[in-house]
Amino acid sequence: MVEHAAIRVVYRGGSKINFREPVITNDSRFLLCGSGESVKVYSTSTEECVHDLKGHTDLVTGVVLNPSNHLQAYSCSADGTVRLWDFTDGILIKTFIIGYHIYSIHVSEKHLGVLFLVVPMANEKGSDLLQLVAVHLPRTGDQVVETSELSAVLCDVSPNPSAVSFGTGGEYIAAAKGLQLEVFFFKKQKSYRFFLKSGMNKGVNNSFTCISCHPKEDCIASGHADGKIRLWRNFNQKKEYTYTTMHWHHNSVNTLRFTPEGTNLLSGGIESVLVQWRYTQENQKDFLPRLGAAITHIAVSPDGSLFCTSHADNKITIIQSSIKVSAIIQGLVEDDGVQTDLMIDPRSKALVLNGKPGHLQFYSLHRDKQLYNLDIVQQEYIHEQGLDQFQVVKAAFDTHGDWLATVEERRQNRSELEINLKFWAYDEQTQSFVLNTTVTTPHEDRITAMCFSPSPETTLLVTTSLDGHFKAWLLADHSDTQESASWSCDFVGGYHLLKPGCLCFSADGSLLALGFQEVVTVWSPTSWELLTTLSQPPGALRDLCFGRLSCSKYLLGTSTQNQLCCWNLLTCSLEWNTPMDVSLLQADPLSENMAAFCSQSGSTDLFVFKPSEPRPLYSKKAICTGKVERAIFAPRDQMLESSDEHSQWLNRSQLYFLTQHMDLMTFSTKTEEDRLLASSKQLMVDDSVAVTPFYLLLGKHKQEQQEKQEVLNNPLAERTQLPQGSIAIKELLETPAHVLPSASFLCSMFVRSLLMSNSSTRGEGEPAEDEMESESEEVDSDEEADPVHQRQDLCGSAPGPVEDVGAPALSKAQERELRRVRKFDHSWLSSLVDCKP
Amino acid sequence: MASFKPTKIQIYPKLGEKVTQDTLYWRNYKAPVQIKEFGAVRSIDFSPIAPHNYAVTASTRIHIYGPFSQEPVKTFTRFKDTAYSGRFRSDGQLLVAGCEDSVVRLFDVSGKVALRMFKGHTKGVHVADFTSDSYHILTCSDDYTSCLWDIPNSTELTKYKEHTDYIRCGATSKLNKDLFVTGSYDHTLKLFDARVQKSVMTMDHNQPVECVLFYPSEGLLVSAGGRYVKVWDLLKRGQPLVSLKNHHKTVTSLCLSGNGQRLLSASLDRHVKVYNTTNYKVVHNFDYTASILSLALAPEDESVVVGMTNGILSIKHRKISEEKQEAIGQPRRRPVFRVFVKGRNNIPKQEDFLVSKPVMSHLAKYDKQLKRFNVSKALDTALESWKKHRKPEITVAVIKELDRRGTLKNALAGRDEQNLSQLLNFLIGNVVDPRFASVLVNATEMILDIYHAVVGQSSVVDRQLVRLQELVEREIDYQQDLLEVLGMLDTLFASILPRKGLPCPSNSGPNGLAEGHSGPQMKVS
Repeated sequence: MVEHAAIRVVYRGGSKINFREPVITNDSRFLLCGSGESVKVYSTSTEECVHDLKGHTDLVTGVVLNPSNHLQAYSCSADGTVRLWDFTDGILIKTFIIGYHIYSIHVSEKHLGVLFLVVPMANEKGSDLLQLVAVHLPRTGDQVVETSELSAVLCDVSPNPSAVSFGTGGEYIAAAKGLQLEVFFFKKQKSYRFFLKSGMNKGVNNSFTCISCHPKEDCIASGHADGKIRLWRNFNQKKEYTYTTMHWHHNSVNTLRFTPEGTNLLSGGIESVLVQWRYTQENQKDFLPRLGAAITHIAVSPDGSLFCTSHADNKITIIQSSIKVSAIIQGLVEDDGVQTDLMIDPRSKALVLNGKPGHLQFYSLHRDKQLYNLDIVQQEYIHEQGLDQFQVVKAAFDTHGDWLATVEERRQNRSELEINLKFWAYDEQTQSFVLNTTVTTPHEDRITAMCFSPSPETTLLVTTSLDGHFKAWLLADHSDTQESASWSCDFVGGYHLLKPGCLCFSADGSLLALGFQEVVTVWSPTSWELLTTLSQPPGALRDLCFGRLSCSKYLLGTSTQNQLCCWNLLTCSLEWNTPMDVSLLQADPLSENMAAFCSQSGSTDLFVFKPSEPRPLYSKKAICTGKVERAIFAPRDQMLESSDEHSQWLNRSQLYFLTQHMDLMTFSTKTEEDRLLASSKQLMVDDSVAVTPFYLLLGKHKQEQQEKQEVLNNPLAERTQLPQGSIAIKELLETPAHVLPSASFLCSMFVRSLLMSNSSTRGEGEPAEDEMESESEEVDSDEEADPVHQRQDLCGSAPGPVEDVGAPALSKAQERELRRVRKFDHSWLSSLVDCKP
Repeated sequence: MASFKPTKIQIYPKLGEKVTQDTLYWRNYKAPVQIKEFGAVRSIDFSPIAPHNYAVTASTRIHIYGPFSQEPVKTFTRFKDTAYSGRFRSDGQLLVAGCEDSVVRLFDVSGKVALRMFKGHTKGVHVADFTSDSYHILTCSDDYTSCLWDIPNSTELTKYKEHTDYIRCGATSKLNKDLFVTGSYDHTLKLFDARVQKSVMTMDHNQPVECVLFYPSEGLLVSAGGRYVKVWDLLKRGQPLVSLKNHHKTVTSLCLSGNGQRLLSASLDRHVKVYNTTNYKVVHNFDYTASILSLALAPEDESVVVGMTNGILSIKHRKISEEKQEAIGQPRRRPVFRVFVKGRNNIPKQEDFLVSKPVMSHLAKYDKQLKRFNVSKALDTALESWKKHRKPEITVAVIKELDRRGTLKNALAGRDEQNLSQLLNFLIGNVVDPRFASVLVNATEMILDIYHAVVGQSSVVDRQLVRLQELVEREIDYQQDLLEVLGMLDTLFASILPRKGLPCPSNSGPNGLAEGHSGPQMKVS
């Protein structure tokens, strides 16, 4: 099995944008946030990604604005480097190599040229103690700078970046960890520590979670795990410090932030309510409820006009200071694993998977952006820890995208499982799915698999459940009754009380294969007759897949005991089998190809093959670490025309898969990458204007027009310059006078040629010339494109007409021709010169 | 941000028949008017002339009722014995009736004394009808004969002696004056042609025929006898078309709806069934209190009149449709159309500043409380709404929502005697309802957990708890009985089903039948 360099596994989005606090630029127009290994620059008004600052080789762990230049930003990463970016142009300016895993970065206006980084303690390698160090940035012009001057400021800090804060413009730095608050004064070079009594014996966890310092006054606000906020004052001595307590949050306070003027304090937690406390009037609060998911970070723009909150569901909400949501930047949501399979919406070609609790998300693969959320559960989400929530666990589209079926379930700790099966119809008018039928408790136990029949005649859904039955659901049309069409159970089946685990329809919908533990049963969906059973070597079935197109007579199955089997349905016998631990088998809907992901010794291998022959078309070892549980073939909108045997399988559709770390990866070929690169270059836009789809449409058009205008204007300038620089004139002037024709003869012609040339240039500007003139000019400007060539041409062919010029009476046509000749150049003179001697 | 999502009230499927257009049509009758006659109502016939009076033959009299009066407008009492088959002529002027004393009498509708008496039968005459030219009368008698009479001369024209048993029904063709059909207790139907003076077609019904009916086109014939209603194709030499067996007692009367699209059959099993004449499926069913002997529909289906064996005549009038009501009653003044569209088509100018008004969504009272996390109050308002509207779905939905939020215990706790008894009242009313049981049993357990310490302090609560206990015990007994029945059925099905090579999955499961009973609950939103 050969590895093919032409096909690479590439990262395709889905990274977290809520890992660290986002940063709003000084002019409030852009928002910077770390996203995986890059820093993304979003426009705050249009929610569009403007730049993707790439360069880090590991997770970006912090982004801050450069205090000395508000158009630059520092980012730190787990790869041990700090990079300085010009985010308006998307350029990497400098790279500082620190050499340690950096957890977070802090800067202050008082300390220009100094970065405060949280890095592991240098001396103790194994321990996970962290320290805050100050790094003096060397002033060199180099692109890559090694910095080794680290001076420790605080020891034993929390890895949480929101537990460190600069106070009063950088006079002191406060850090909290556990039950301890430490304040370090830079002037006095002295630190004070304050301890809270543990509330554990009272059943409360009052450890610090986050702190924020007042920008003007000596006040530190600290958030605690029990939901309390404490305001610390008078902390520049050991003894007489005071604090006041405010309590609204019922769970841990995740983040705290003072507004730049210090008039308000913002706090957020799992309740997903943004609370705005008035400083000094703490009983006055403003709320912004139902922000969708737990708030993890709050950032405030330097002028205080915008807030933004990061949420646990990979979302950044931009909020105006009047507590009104103005924009939402939403990434791929992947909280606690993907429960539903990856699916492709046949209409929008978007990737569909479960997103926020109780929602399905539609995610555009090409733009790395969430398109919309479909509320499946339709219940008020209660933000509370330890509460059983409804989860969307299964979803399926029919072939045309007209119907969507979803299964939601909630496992209560005491009582039985709650399952709902919902059918959604696509509504052309609203361009979204509308609930049609809800079936409560469709099965007595968990639903293991669900699939629509691909046959165009019937709308049929089959569900299998751990209760040992499979059910067929049909769209019953009650045309005679008042009710609209709804779904109802058509057939209940089982096989020897075995639990069905997987099912698959053949491509034309005429056969249904159901895996009952070790037995494959093949049914006819029209009559619900059990056609045949295929025995599987020991081990429960994991996946079943019918071959497509030319391989439609094959049925593939994988078992838990490392077997991949292929049956021939015509002979009902085993065609071939191989020992493989296939964790996932995926069929390409547009070709015969199958992709099998095999997990082997901690990493996953991919094999692409056709069911007709047990020889892989393509194989790649160790595409990622861990098991691949979800993958999907997404149809391409533009077919590739690769003739290479090994990359042909990528021609019609692209294979996406989710790794264990919830990264969305795909396979891409060289040609495709080149094309993408080219298109991304084309799409480079001026950042001075916020990038909107309209701008992309109209702005480019405008630019082109401008260029055209310039092209039109330029020739004029060139033309007027022509006489001076012409070689012909030079020659004319340098040739001895006695070999020239008589001056009167030359002069009149020369002068006239100048006149003509002038009039023609004027003609360009004035459209009020006569028809003939402008027509000839068009020809002229067309030929302008290649003046040198023209000149040479003329040199060769000129003599004829030039001879005629001598005649006193010229026919009109001749004159016109002569004029045209003259207009091109003055080289006619040189030809004259040439032929004279 | 996203607005509060109100509590989802589960819509439970309505059990029983599906609501179809037919159901709506046939249900659209007022409560029946009941009139007590002297004996079993043998026959009902509507006058073809407006105002469509109808003649009701019962015992020894014929009453003629007006369309809306409950008192007879006319009564014919000159019968020596039980009268049969009072029929109007097509002009509504004459009425003919048979009698047990074998004499057929012809009345003028406005007169009282019989105009003509047709004597010639030897036994009771059960059928008397006018032919389509209105000059002749067809009579069928228990002496196995049927006769044609000339009205002006009151003479017998022809006598047909082809049947071998009582002739209890007959019908004349409306299109041809010479054709008529008779049905007899000898199980046959015979189609007679007066021109050849003999039967031209014989159909075997296999049961004593009680009623025959021509379709308006007269290409089809319907007969009722025994439990069967049969349809015959006359154009195919009397080929049987369908045999309907929807009654479980003898079908006594047949009738077609005004547009000829529906067939109605009445039976001794006290039901009237409505069939669709295209697919012969039952589309509606009327229930009556006694065995039905006669049935008639007013033209345009304005009323359904049914006569029963206990002498009760039941009349259902059609409800006046909405538009008609509008026309009758004062038209309600509505705001002018312009009021509604005012400003609707206004296009904002360029300098206009648009102020968008946030759409306020209306929340129910309990939702408002839930939004504020006032769990006890939310439960209180939900119980209040149950008391007012008797809609347990809402209360159950709120309890379910509280349970989902994990705050049901808080909501149930801390109640005084009055509050608790109200809650227990609700539980007593609904806990055994299979639709709500899963939610309410959980809540009941919680209540018992919370309040077991205070049992015995209040007599009201104690009484309710005892009632609840009885209720639950009884329900458990029921369930046990049902399970036993289910087990019996399973063994029966297992022994009945033929052994196949492959298992028949739909019924072979241990509780294959149970799927039918406790199948998934559906709702359409």
